[in-house]
Formats: sequence, structure tokens, C-alpha cells
Amino acid sequence: MELTGAQALIESLKKEGVKHIFGYPGGTVLPIYDVLFGEKDIKHILTRHEQGAAHAADGYARTTGKVGVCIATSGPGATNLTTGIATAFMDSIPLVAITGQVGTPLLGRDSFQEADVTGITQPITKHNYLVKKAEDIPRVIKEAFHIASTGRPGPVVIDIAKDAQNIKLKYKYPEKVNLPGYKPTLKGHPRQIKAAAKMISMAKRPVIYAGGGVISSGASEELLAFAEKLNIPVTTTMMGLGAFPEDHKLALMMLGMHGTAYANYAVQECDLLIAIGARFDDRVTGHLPSFAPKAKHIQIDIDPAEIGKNVRIDVPIVGDVKQTLKDLNSKIPEKEGRHLAWLKQVDEWKKKYPLSYKKNDLLKPQFVVEMIDELTKGDAIITTEVGQNQMWAAQYYKYRKPRTWASSGGLGTMGYGFPAAIGAQFGNPDKLVFDIAGDGSIQMNIQELTTAVIHKLPIKIIVLNNCFLGMVRQWQELLYDKRYSATNLCNNPDLCKVAEAFGAAAMRVTKPEDVKKALNDSLKITDRPVLIDFVVHKEENVFPFVPPGQAINEMIID
Amino acid sequence: MRHTISVIVENKPGVLQRVAGLFSRRGFNIESLAVGTTEKPDISRMTIVVAGDDQTLEQITKQLYKQIDVLKVFDLPADESVERELVLIKVKANEKKRGEVAKVAEMFDARIVDVAEESVIVEISAEKEKIDDIQKLLEKFGILELVRTGKIALEKGGKG
Repeated sequence: MELTGAQALIESLKKEGVKHIFGYPGGTVLPIYDVLFGEKDIKHILTRHEQGAAHAADGYARTTGKVGVCIATSGPGATNLTTGIATAFMDSIPLVAITGQVGTPLLGRDSFQEADVTGITQPITKHNYLVKKAEDIPRVIKEAFHIASTGRPGPVVIDIAKDAQNIKLKYKYPEKVNLPGYKPTLKGHPRQIKAAAKMISMAKRPVIYAGGGVISSGASEELLAFAEKLNIPVTTTMMGLGAFPEDHKLALMMLGMHGTAYANYAVQECDLLIAIGARFDDRVTGHLPSFAPKAKHIQIDIDPAEIGKNVRIDVPIVGDVKQTLKDLNSKIPEKEGRHLAWLKQVDEWKKKYPLSYKKNDLLKPQFVVEMIDELTKGDAIITTEVGQNQMWAAQYYKYRKPRTWASSGGLGTMGYGFPAAIGAQFGNPDKLVFDIAGDGSIQMNIQELTTAVIHKLPIKIIVLNNCFLGMVRQWQELLYDKRYSATNLCNNPDLCKVAEAFGAAAMRVTKPEDVKKALNDSLKITDRPVLIDFVVHKEENVFPFVPPGQAINEMIID
Repeated sequence: MRHTISVIVENKPGVLQRVAGLFSRRGFNIESLAVGTTEKPDISRMTIVVAGDDQTLEQITKQLYKQIDVLKVFDLPADESVERELVLIKVKANEKKRGEVAKVAEMFDARIVDVAEESVIVEISAEKEKIDDIQKLLEKFGILELVRTGKIALEKGGKG
């Protein structure tokens, strides 16, 4: 079959099962957009900014487990994607980003809309390609999807010169990839698994510390079985929210800088920390030398470079989390009544230091999140922006299932949540999708309201509006003597009017007693997005708070 | 501690940038880097000299392996490998001094590869210590210019 490079690209995407592409056209992707015109099997969603396209593809990937695909033109189109690519890279999200590049005769001549995209994206991709020959397109697409979705997932950029999109090639989609330098280890070494099983059976005060790797390997069931079999409490990282049901008696919720006090105490007191698909990030560990000081460490990760990167590991297991937990579960005999004294201690901490906020007449952001949880019973998909909104969304909504949470953990990208919600809604048309936002971050990609309105997406945009860049203000309050430098957003536009101008529905809530009704009303609107402007207590803080550089049990609780 | 590592890579565009970028991004110091093709034209070999403790070396090795185009990474202990560096040294030497420079070169199995009116170029291929020694001796004549290729190394015996 003879096809142009652009046709071969679209055919190859179909072979990979791609149904949605988020993108924005431009000069160097015209041949691709020409093929997309009238294309039936793949739906192209025009965002209003390339950053929106990248985040939408990311939200799609996080909530479906499939590879997200976005496309942009050369130069500024590609550079606008980079924040989204870096976001996906830091959180190990499978993404294939396709960019147009100037034609090969123009390459390297500072041509119009030329940027060195493979150079720029090299440190923020798992791999990238510059395609100058049409005949390379099918192989590169095959490799890109394989690399993005296997091992430790991540974004792959394919930069395709415009002339390569037009030249004809004999099309045949390869059946296999040939990548001698890329062979992820899936099965943990039996000797290591045996050593881990032994260490686990000896532990008196074990804690499981589960991260995003549990979700990307689809290992929630195995994790639950593992924890229940051994009676081990489980704390998750922010990336791991949903990996373990938070309504379970063994759940410790999130740990770290804004984790629960009882999760942090449990980690500091445990004698064995079992890290599963987690990377000892500084927001988790606080002051590194004081982290889990009494514990031996077991670490399960598919990425060998994560083992021992920050913390010395006693028993490392390189392997796929799901497979490794299966193997571990088969090695460990079930025994009733394990760790009862330890669990009793943990329960005492839970009772003594629950997540809490001061309840009064003021409209509290935590209360809004609690109401969303109550209303949806953990069945919705929650995306967030970054800052206080993100932490309250993480703390006060009980995540019960994997892939119901999409938030920029590693990079901390404001403006992520709303476009990610768009991607999530396309990937999960029957689910309720909420973007929990702040008044600062919602304005970072607010242009995507158009995208959501055009496609009649019933996304609920929950703005926890405190007229501040709240998290930065909180740090200024606690660490910079209340000098609120550049964090006051009192000149915000009327967000309801803005939403309505875009064609979305909008409501404003100022009193706690109106929260439930507004949320219920928003659920009745199913043909367009709804923005609810919750005018919340301005100087509410996120607690617990471990000040930077402190040990995680040295937190400010309220 | 100084380590010499060999990195076998696919000879593809961008691979040098990937490896060099990795070192600078993660704060690993490269003392020298030499790249060339191997017995297979589609495979290149980078010889990188880095300073760092065992833990740093382990992290470097693992990060290198994460690069799709990297096929093999190994540490080359000095006593189990042959190490060489090629150096060209332009030494100030007029007709009178030329003989003395030639004598020094001879002692080190170095060669004089160019003779000009006021200078000569000495070529030496040797281990680092030997190069340091000859450099010291030639300094008294005055070194005008010097260029080193960076170390290359190959393990002795077998085939790694």
C-alpha cells in the first residue's frame, strides 16, 4: 500500500488503537491535518492552546491507562507543549506528542517557526525522534507507543519534518519493535523476593508506602491482597491516591508534607518500610536523613535507577509491581492476627490526630471537597490544579479506586487540572469529572472552556476562590512574616461572568449551607461545563504542614 | 575516586547530546569524554572518565541504561584494562633547543611530528601518568599549545 507520510502516520495511530488526538494545527502539520479532515476512526479535539492539548492527553492517559496523544505545529506550537510533556515526564505518564518540523531543506537555518524540538525536549522525554524520512514513520510510531507505555511509562516526542509528511512510502506497519537497548525487567529476582518475604515476616511494625507505580502497573488488587494478608497499614503518595481504598481500615491516607499526621508518625516509627512504585520524593521524605529512621527498607520498582537514588535500600526488587506483588503474595503464608499491637498504636494516632479543620460559619474549602466526596461516594474522577486546592482535594476526598485522580505531582503544574479534566471526560464519557481548582490556577488555562463547551462536556469546575495564590501566601504567612508579596489576587475577574461568556453555566456560593444544593444543581447540568465559584475563607491554611527541611513528624498540625 | 566507564551506544543522531545532557543535568562531572565508532559501524563507544564514589557511579550507570540508545555500560578498572590518551604538545624550540626536546621525547617513546623554525610538535600516546611526566619536563622549554584527546580504554583479554 502506497501512502504519504501523513497518511502513514494516521494509519499507524489507528493500528495503536488511538481514538482521540488533542491538538492544534499550524503550517508544518498541514499534511497531517489534511488527512484528519473527514477521518472517521480518530476524533481530533481542537484545544485553544497547545499546553491544553498536552494536559488533555495526559488526563486522558491517567484516567484510562491508554497512551495519550497530542499534536502541535513546529516552533511555538511545540514549545507550548513542553510544559505538558514535562508534567507527564515527572509523573511517568504515557504520552506520544507529535510535532511538525520545518522541511529538511530548511532545517538548521533558523527558518520561520523552527525550534530544535528534540533538543528542547531531550531532558523531559523518555525518548524522542526527529523523523526526516517518510519511510521511517511506521517504525517510529510503533517504537514510540512501545516505549511510552512499557517499563516505567513516559512521554515520547516525534518531531516530523514537513516534507517527510508529503513523500510517499510503501506502507507496512511493523509487528515487532527492535530496540536492543530497551528491555525493562518485569519479573523480580526470585532471590530478592525470598529475601523480602523473610524480612516482611520478621517485621513487627511494617508500613507499606505505595506510589504511582501501583496505578501504572494496575496492581491495586494485588496491593490490597498483600496488605490484607499481612495486616500492614498502607500510606500512599499523592501520585498513589486511589491505589488503595481510603475507606479501608488499613488506610493511612497520604504521607509527607501535607500528609496525615498518623501516616507520618507510622512511617517514622515503623521498623520496615515497603516502598512500592514510589520514589522517595522530597515532598514525601522531608529531611532525608531523618526519614523512617528506625526502618529497614524494601523497594519494589520497575526502574532500577530509582532503587537507592535517595535512600539506602536493604532489599531492592527490580520488577513490575503487579507481577512482583503476585510473586510475593504466593511466598507469604497467611496468618491471622498479625501486627495487632502495631495496628492498635496506629489506630490511636488516627483517633488522636485526625485530619481536621476549624469548623465555623465561614465557607471552608475543605468542606466543599468533603461534600463532593459525600455526593459522589468516591466514584467521580477528580483532577486538580496545584497549590492549596490540590492538597485539600488530596486530603478530603476519599479515593477508593485507581485512575480516579489526576494531578500534577512531580512538576506541580498550575493550569493542569482543567485541560486534564477535558481529556479525562473524553476518555470516560460516563463518569462525573470534577476539576478542583484555585482562582489563580484556573486562569492559567481558562481558554479551554471553549473546548469543553463545544464538546458539551459536563465537567464541574470547582473554584476554591480565596483571592490569593493560596499556597504561596501560606508559606509567606508561616515562613516570611506575612509579607504577602505578589500573591493577592483581589483584582480577579468575575469568574462566573467569564464562564458564562464562554457558554458554560456558572454559580457562586458564599455560605456553607448552600454548598450541597449548588453541587446537586450542577449535577443536573449535563450538556455543558459548570463553574462554581466558591468564595471561601481567604486565609485558610493546609494542615498538617511539614516545613521544608524538617523531619516529617515535626509537622504543624493546626 | 576516578572511574573510567565504557558506554556502548547505537550510532544514532542525538546520542552524544543525550549522554552529555544526562551528566550535566544530574550533576555528574565528566573529566574527559572520547567517542568513536567500533568494529561495527552502527555502534559507537564512549569512554568517559568521571569522578565520584561508588554510589554515584552506580547511579550514573543506571541513568545511562535508561537511555534507549545505550546498549551496555561498564566500569573499566585500571589494572584490568589498557588505557591510552593521545596528546599533541607544541613546544618552544629553536635550532639550539631542538635536540634537547628530541631527547626528552625519545625517553618517553614520543615522536616529533612537526618541526618549525621556533617550535616542534611532540606526539605521545600513553597513560595519564606518563603524559603528566613528559608535560612537566617539556614545560621548561615552554609549551605553546597542547591538546589531549581524552582517555580511551579497552579491557584486557576476552571480550566484554
